[in-house]
Amino acid sequence: MVAAAIVAALILGTLLAVALRAEAGRGLGPSEWAAIRFTFWQAVLSATLSVALAIPVARALSRRQFPGRHLLVTLLGAPFILPVIVAVLGLLAVFGRSGVLNEILRWLGLPEVQIYGLHGVVLAHVFFNLPLATRLILMGWQQVPSERFRLAAQLDFGPREMWRVIEAPLLRRVVPSALAVIFAICLSSFAVALTVGGGPRATTVELAIYQAFRFDFDLGRAALLSCVQLLLVGTAAFVALRLSGTDSFGTGLDRVVKRWDAGGLTRIALDSFAICGATIFLILPLSMVVWDGMFGVLQMPAQVWKAAGVSLVVALASTLLMLGFALPIAIAAGGRQSWIEMVGLLGVAASPLVIGTGLFIVIFPIADPFAVAFPVTALVNAVMALPFALRILVGPVRDVIQNYGHLSHSLNVTGRHWLLLILLPRIRSVLGFACGLTAALSMGDLGVIALFADPETATLPLQMYRLMGAYRIDAASGAGLLLLCLSFGLFWLFDKGGRGRADT
Amino acid sequence: MLTLENVAIRQGDFSLRADFTIQAGQRVAVIGRSGAGKSTLLSLIAGFFPPEEGSVLFDGQNMTKAAPGKRPLAMLFQDNNLFPHLSVAQNVGLGVRPDLRLNQVQKSLVANAIERVGLSGLEDRKPAQLSGGQQSRVALARILVQDKPLVLLDEPFAALGPALKIEMLDLVAEVLEETGAALLMVSHDPQDARRIAPMTVLVADGVAYAPTETGALLDNPPPALKAYLG
Repeated sequence: MVAAAIVAALILGTLLAVALRAEAGRGLGPSEWAAIRFTFWQAVLSATLSVALAIPVARALSRRQFPGRHLLVTLLGAPFILPVIVAVLGLLAVFGRSGVLNEILRWLGLPEVQIYGLHGVVLAHVFFNLPLATRLILMGWQQVPSERFRLAAQLDFGPREMWRVIEAPLLRRVVPSALAVIFAICLSSFAVALTVGGGPRATTVELAIYQAFRFDFDLGRAALLSCVQLLLVGTAAFVALRLSGTDSFGTGLDRVVKRWDAGGLTRIALDSFAICGATIFLILPLSMVVWDGMFGVLQMPAQVWKAAGVSLVVALASTLLMLGFALPIAIAAGGRQSWIEMVGLLGVAASPLVIGTGLFIVIFPIADPFAVAFPVTALVNAVMALPFALRILVGPVRDVIQNYGHLSHSLNVTGRHWLLLILLPRIRSVLGFACGLTAALSMGDLGVIALFADPETATLPLQMYRLMGAYRIDAASGAGLLLLCLSFGLFWLFDKGGRGRADT
Repeated sequence: MLTLENVAIRQGDFSLRADFTIQAGQRVAVIGRSGAGKSTLLSLIAGFFPPEEGSVLFDGQNMTKAAPGKRPLAMLFQDNNLFPHLSVAQNVGLGVRPDLRLNQVQKSLVANAIERVGLSGLEDRKPAQLSGGQQSRVALARILVQDKPLVLLDEPFAALGPALKIEMLDLVAEVLEETGAALLMVSHDPQDARRIAPMTVLVADGVAYAPTETGALLDNPPPALKAYLG
């Protein structure tokens, strides 16, 4: 209860601070309206493209068994914990001015492509959300009973009948929720807009908050924009939650149902193209980061190592804070008070910069906000990870309470002893997973820290951004590789630690 | 030892009344058709929910509001009697101290109980590495170390085969012989009652009747019991 109250106070309190500080009387100027329009359109485009491209990939994965399929399905989960700034660096290495693509175009004598602006933002969003959309749609495909495919084969369905009878109804069910989820995610995009967007024509609301804050130090305008953002993201998140009942961390994507509609050269060509295309699109930018990074490591200034240390501490602190919030809430939600889980979901509606702005407004009169940059970052990261952590933890905690609650009570194993002897060991694997996600998300986060940091301090993602801004691409690549290793390493360590002994 | 004083429970359509006493060391079976409220009666005595009316007394002390872990009884449930992530010795040890910080004397107590139920050498196994019968023995070893004056069994051996169930019931009788505890045991099988419980509580028509002699009750059943026995 206390944890839930703290989280609720933190989120609602900062929102209240934002609302009170907002200078509504001034109204929205043309640049604010431009930001709102851009935010909306880039999210629509990103969601539509991600889902449209994901459909053939998911279909191919659902009906093909091939070596490396397991690896590819795992890889589709990776962007969730991939630091945005690292992905952007990778995309720049492929699509940027001196990237691989433009080298080829120049060699062929064709005009070059430009990554900065709307298409860059959409490209980066598709890079992140195509895998998510593929997983969501693949999950829908796997919910079709295998008997349905057997019957279709028996009735000798062609591609058109297959589409009309099985695929279209299935997609009607999963596509709206996938669109809504990705739309909501893209609305609060900050790091992508910061790095490949920018300029008056490619500014998201989230980025506009940052600019009002950092460049003009106009708290009233930042607060007003925060209210707008809250309304946008809150509505979208609400719609997405209503549409998506299923758990996006579902397992069982490895299963291949026996299918009879996989033959034919056209289908094989189509599926191969979809799978190869998606794989190259996902792997190439990351490989570029690793490749360039290996050369860049030696050129990294000392600040990078310092920032890496700071980021590690922030990520671990954030993980601890998440546990402090998530465990009590999960225990309460797993018992009688299931409504309490909703408190954690508040974090979905608020975006990091909105909470950051609110915290700044609250802290500014009493202390120097720049002095508390790291604690604030750890706290906001923990709150942002909370909805995911709760989604992972509440079910298993509820199982422990239901299956072993009576036994524990009758043996008088309660309170701290119950927590240490019974609950934690029993939910160890999901706990490791949740901690891994939180640590990796916090490690790679470039959000609130951009608001609060002074030029002397930085987390690793922010340091990397500064190196990129100073055109020190080699050093930035080295920092990118380091960040990639740290994020995935933290996730792997926690997840592995949780799976240590699976003897239940 | 245990007294139910004008106890009444209501849950929607279901209701149950009880007003009787179990003597120290007495072994009592609880029989009745499924849904009659046998498990509910045991849950009430164990303290998992309070009665709407009446009191639950242990040795004359009113413990109607006492937490389950604070009552002078040990209980085995239909399933989930062992924690899968704890070893045999740890599962038994929980009966001595809920925080598992055992001293040398307490450790040897646990070891003796494990030996007593015939599981020597299996102390470090996890429940999943044991057979169903061995798992029941671990739970009984815990009953031994808990050393409470009342034992509640809510059909913990229902999943075992007939021969194994009889073996367990005999082991229960031996354990009770040693600790001198009273027993309240839910059962579907009248033969179980005849085997180890001289007295029986019949639960029927919303009433848990006072214990009567098992043999006489089963040989000459009242109409409600007759319908159940067939």
